[in-house]
Amino acid sequence: MKTGEIKIITGNDLRTGDVVWWTGEGWSRHVNDAVEAGEHAEAVIARENAKQIVTDTHVIDATRTAEGVRPAHIKDRIRALGPTVRLDLSLKPADPDAGTWVI
Amino acid sequence: MYQYDQYDQAMVDARVAEFRDQVERRLAGDITEDQFKPLRLKNGLYLQLHAYMLRVAIPYGTLSSRQMRMLGDIADKYDRGYGHFTTRQNIQYNWIKLQEAPDLLADLASVEMHAIQTSGNCIRNTTADQFAGAAADELVDPRPYAELLRQWSTFHPEFDYLPRKFKIAIIGSETDRAAMKLHDIGIQLVKNDAGEIGCRFYVGGGMGRTPMIAPVIGDFVPPLQMISYLEACLRVYNRHGRRDNKYKARIKILVHEIGADEYRRQVEEEFAHILTLGLEPPPAELERIKGFFADPAFDPAAPDELDLSDPDFALWVDQNIHAHKKPGYAIVNISLKPVGGIPGDATSDQIRLMADLAKDYSFDELRVTHAQNIVLPHVRKADLYTIWQKLEEAGLANANLDLIGDIIACPGLDYCSLANARSIPVAQKISERFGDLGRQRELGELKLKISGCINACGHHHAGHIGILGVDRKGVENYQLLLGGCEGADTSLGQITGPGFNEDGIVDAVEKVTEVYLAQRAPGERFVDTFRRIGMTPFKEAIYAKETANG
Repeated sequence: MKTGEIKIITGNDLRTGDVVWWTGEGWSRHVNDAVEAGEHAEAVIARENAKQIVTDTHVIDATRTAEGVRPAHIKDRIRALGPTVRLDLSLKPADPDAGTWVI
Repeated sequence: MYQYDQYDQAMVDARVAEFRDQVERRLAGDITEDQFKPLRLKNGLYLQLHAYMLRVAIPYGTLSSRQMRMLGDIADKYDRGYGHFTTRQNIQYNWIKLQEAPDLLADLASVEMHAIQTSGNCIRNTTADQFAGAAADELVDPRPYAELLRQWSTFHPEFDYLPRKFKIAIIGSETDRAAMKLHDIGIQLVKNDAGEIGCRFYVGGGMGRTPMIAPVIGDFVPPLQMISYLEACLRVYNRHGRRDNKYKARIKILVHEIGADEYRRQVEEEFAHILTLGLEPPPAELERIKGFFADPAFDPAAPDELDLSDPDFALWVDQNIHAHKKPGYAIVNISLKPVGGIPGDATSDQIRLMADLAKDYSFDELRVTHAQNIVLPHVRKADLYTIWQKLEEAGLANANLDLIGDIIACPGLDYCSLANARSIPVAQKISERFGDLGRQRELGELKLKISGCINACGHHHAGHIGILGVDRKGVENYQLLLGGCEGADTSLGQITGPGFNEDGIVDAVEKVTEVYLAQRAPGERFVDTFRRIGMTPFKEAIYAKETANG
């Protein structure tokens, strides 16, 4: 799996609005499952848009390291985690320091 | 309170059915997102950072206990157990599922509520003085006029596609509690020397990217011509407003660019024409509406004395109770700003408790304020202690109204897809820094307002202390503004200088308050001192440390 700076695809589940990430085979709610979309990003987005399961699909910059995938922009990191002021509603409700990841 | 007639209910029910069909077609893939997006926005359903967000309209901020209870139940049934009261006197839910939105709207419709025109380039929910019909200083109750505005503006076909969104506020007191001059149109109901009522129109105010204070365009419009004058104001805007540039599309830009005199001339010309068309609702309709806003059955023997022997209760009374027009009654302000809390958020249990208090002690009525608090408008003074005890148990007896802890903050980057920086964590840190109530009271009235982007939903331009979050190369940065104010002496805040990081802005706010305490003259609010001594002493204090640290 490619590490370093990567391009990943994100969107929102049409029915629930949940933030989702393209895994190469489908969509996951966990950003660490995201894969490098590379030169196929536009084709993936076109194909997935046609299925009308995920909406607002777009490509963002991120970095993959041994710790996982970290979106480049704070807005996308907050999308990946959840509201930093309600960690109980985030994807890491048991981690009181989870909010520091976005900063 | 106003109650729907068969037409109101039929319109809202039909809209729910229409949206249910639209959602079904979207989920079935029969319409694309590009086709669907404007339809869901017409029903107040946004797609935000984490999920769909629904903004529910609360007309002129007025709710019955039944409606308030439903808002609490919706928070549990469709969301995650809480709601966020907004600076437009509305409520937002942050975790709505598209497939459940039609059922939610049906539940809202069952209590005469909806989410129509809470988005889009149309006339949004009209706001009003939260003390309407109760305040001791009121000249005219603005609620019947606000209701007339609601009926006129709802589904108005001519104004459904304006150059940009359009916000109206209306008040009937000398004291402006609705930030009227910072709206597209602010209407102040006034009386002339003969005791006749008139509408004073302030047009072209606003916050956002280009903040402006509205000039007076119509000084004394007869109330029975209010709708015609509004039509004229909107028509001129609709005709000449900039549709080519989103950032120059608000009416404030038009009024500024052609000048208030020329805008007024065009409005008067259009107004004269409209008067010949007979568009004004019949006087009987205004009288019918007024009937819904008659005083409740106040007890003329309600005791006016208050036992203030409990010091905590006495503090709350001193800070959060406002004078009522009837002896023996009071207006209760419930602050949704606990120390370290999220401004404007309330849990479903808290919402239902406030509904119960309204039912038992306030003639079944509540108000939402643009400062993101809740009001019980008609409370017997004899019931205040019981109410305070119940609020205390629920974490709602925060005695900080209009103090530095009573912070307005938009959802910011924690929720909002438009935001550039988080607002809530800054509000929480400032709230904690000034958590001691004695310290807050020593500072006196100090309105602190935070926006997470230039759109200014947190009203930072109008804060005595304002904070604007910006994105500086992907890092949150916060600009500090001083000297803003809403009300009769409306002014716009001035930026102090370079911005700060999250902790730095909290320190800067503290330094600003220290300058104020050192410099204030007797009786001066923070903003009064700022106006007298100017920006320089504050800047010197704020930036001195940064210079010293190199």
